[in-house]
Amino acid sequence: MPDLAPVEEPTSTEPEPEREKMVLIAASGDLDKAWPVLILATTGAAYGMDVTVFFTFWGLAILKRPDAGISGDDWRQKLLSVFNRGTPENLGLSKLNFAGLGPKMMKDLADKHRVASVQELLELAQQMGVKLWPCQMTMDLMGLSRDDLIDGLADPAGAGAAIAEMKQASISLFV
Amino acid sequence: MADTVVDARGLQCPMPIIKLSQAIMAASPGQTVELISTDKGSCTDVPAWAADMGHPLKEQFEVDGEFHFIIERA
Repeated sequence: MPDLAPVEEPTSTEPEPEREKMVLIAASGDLDKAWPVLILATTGAAYGMDVTVFFTFWGLAILKRPDAGISGDDWRQKLLSVFNRGTPENLGLSKLNFAGLGPKMMKDLADKHRVASVQELLELAQQMGVKLWPCQMTMDLMGLSRDDLIDGLADPAGAGAAIAEMKQASISLFV
Repeated sequence: MADTVVDARGLQCPMPIIKLSQAIMAASPGQTVELISTDKGSCTDVPAWAADMGHPLKEQFEVDGEFHFIIERA
């Protein structure tokens, strides 16, 4: 029988005020979608909201580790991981991408105007307690394991968990 | 003079609001935080945030293209 730590009784009888919820679905791996998702997520947290971001389909690219390498078992999954390298560094623009020249120019402009980068906003979101949920089904589909994604994420979840969160949320957005 | 000054000059949306919210959370009720921003969007963002959060916006003024906001921690 393992030793069980004594259960701490809550010291205050006053319940924590219920925080408003915000749910964002990040389904795109485009730089110009990842950026507003993370701007809204961090700003929602600044409003004291309980913010959850679900990453699904191409949106999972935002959460990939820089050293993830080729992932998956199936040759199609492996091919996908080569052509969809992911990480905030490698995201493309939905238009005017010009084989990566567009994002390079956009990021240079962002630096010049001191707009926080996607990478910085992602780290800030984590510091502010934003929950980052990768979608289990699309991870399986694309052959991504938990080890291919950055640390500090919530356990992978599905549409059921997403709907349960959205039913309680005052703001839900699909980006 | 505010109890804390947050210098967000040069930073763009959403950073002024993020830095302001962090400073307000760190302050005690009744203390004031002064935000200095050069982001024009702050002029609408900060009053909206303060009103929603219930922190009184005591003063708002512009000096040489810099926007100053004095907010009291509720």
